[in-house]
Amino acid sequence: METSIYAVVAFYGLAATILGAATMVVFMRNIVHSVLFLAVTFVAMAGLFLSLDADFIAAVQVLVYAGAVCIMIVLGIMVIQRTNMNETNLFNKQILAGAGLTALTVAFGAIFAGRTAWVEMVAADAVPANTVEAIGELLLSKYVIPFEVAALLLLVALVGAIVLARDEEVETNADN
Amino acid sequence: MLENLFVGTTDWLRSLLGGIGFLPTEIAESIVLVVKLVAVLVFILVNALWLVYMERKVAAFMQARIGPNRVGPWGLLQTTADIGKLISKEIIIPKKADKVVFLLAPVLIFMPPLMVFAVLPIGKNMAALDLNIGVFYLLAIASLSTLFFFMGGWASNNKYSLLGAMRTVAQMVSYELPLVLSLLGVIMIVGSLNLSDIIAAQEHTWLIFTQPIAFLIFFIAAVAETNRCPFDLVEGESEIINGPYTEYGGMGFAMFFLAEYANIMVVCAMATIMFLGGWHAPFGLTFIPSWVWFFIKMYVLIFIVMQFRWTYPRIRVDQLMGFGWKVLVPLSLANIFVTGIGMYIYRAIGW
Repeated sequence: METSIYAVVAFYGLAATILGAATMVVFMRNIVHSVLFLAVTFVAMAGLFLSLDADFIAAVQVLVYAGAVCIMIVLGIMVIQRTNMNETNLFNKQILAGAGLTALTVAFGAIFAGRTAWVEMVAADAVPANTVEAIGELLLSKYVIPFEVAALLLLVALVGAIVLARDEEVETNADN
Repeated sequence: MLENLFVGTTDWLRSLLGGIGFLPTEIAESIVLVVKLVAVLVFILVNALWLVYMERKVAAFMQARIGPNRVGPWGLLQTTADIGKLISKEIIIPKKADKVVFLLAPVLIFMPPLMVFAVLPIGKNMAALDLNIGVFYLLAIASLSTLFFFMGGWASNNKYSLLGAMRTVAQMVSYELPLVLSLLGVIMIVGSLNLSDIIAAQEHTWLIFTQPIAFLIFFIAAVAETNRCPFDLVEGESEIINGPYTEYGGMGFAMFFLAEYANIMVVCAMATIMFLGGWHAPFGLTFIPSWVWFFIKMYVLIFIVMQFRWTYPRIRVDQLMGFGWKVLVPLSLANIFVTGIGMYIYRAIGW
């Protein structure tokens, strides 16, 4: 594991950004501001992956979540119909339930963090420079079934979208 | 000499910094990197200024006019004068706008093209940063610009801006799919995500000849991604004034305007790398430096994009979505399928 001064500075800077932005996601009263802070969180997460030499995962993080953030904002604006945008992400009165859920999450996080053998997980050998090939081989050998199932599902969704789009055209033409 | 102009400059800078002696290697390297990135920024800005002028000239000639011809020789300084005017203008913030987001959007809009150009190999051994996952990085960064367009449109608190912003998201999400799927064919043939490898694989045959349909899909989707005519619904003047930029004046508007041209450069450079052989010289004309070839190819593509604008009328929103989902996506899926089969046949023949 890299322990140079730059890596340490980068880690603490990114960690502070992630935690700060994630807190702002919760506390912002305007839903769009919340989602924009969420984007900051995601990009900072990508930075964290980069500092671990996982460039592929970092690119996936940006690619997948940047698009998702845009869609989330659009949905947020379309679904929430308030005249004042500053009242779109308010707190509710479920303090007990919220406290219980938070305590449960923290407790589970602590348990799993305690159970993980961190020292053994840090690999002694250096991180390979090209992670893409290794990920690709793993995806098509050890994890081939989940990977293919997910790929098939996405393809079906894609084809389904096209079919739905075409269907509409047929109906409008029938009316004519 | 000319071939290695930029590489030589970098080496000279590096040896100069190394000669100073007391600088640690990390700091010397980061200075070199900063110089490279500043060079990229200046390059993009100068090219964007030139492209605005070029567009006006192309438009003028296509409409049998002369175009800008008053400021400087052949009107060359017209855009410089325009930018001077825009800089000197007051920055107007609408009363009900979301001030921080409103001001952040034009600042951030230039970030994706800059980050993309940092990794483009514009000549032999000439990428400011050579990434192993280049293609993936390009797509990831390019998809970020949607968010900044949307920020600008939403923060303006204006119906037309919001409509334009919604259109940006819808359009970019629909056209990102064929854009990525068309590149899959290239990646399948080359077997690498590294831009330098993709260029190296095209030394003898440009991929436009093995993947002509992918090139067409990519080019169409790229023109749509940059919101250029005939896909410029985002800023359709006759419908929604100017889309997300409606409330911006002065330099804020100029930033969006220049970013549009920077994005055109990015997609044309990507098309050059993926399909037109990057910096490889055609017909063995290697006495012209590789980076000159790269820019010639890029500018030919940009010229075609500009001609689109003055040739085709703007298409309707439903036509845009229909074209993307019903034509481009199935076509790019079919292209992947055919490419896969073709690769197996070629392998079976033993090519």
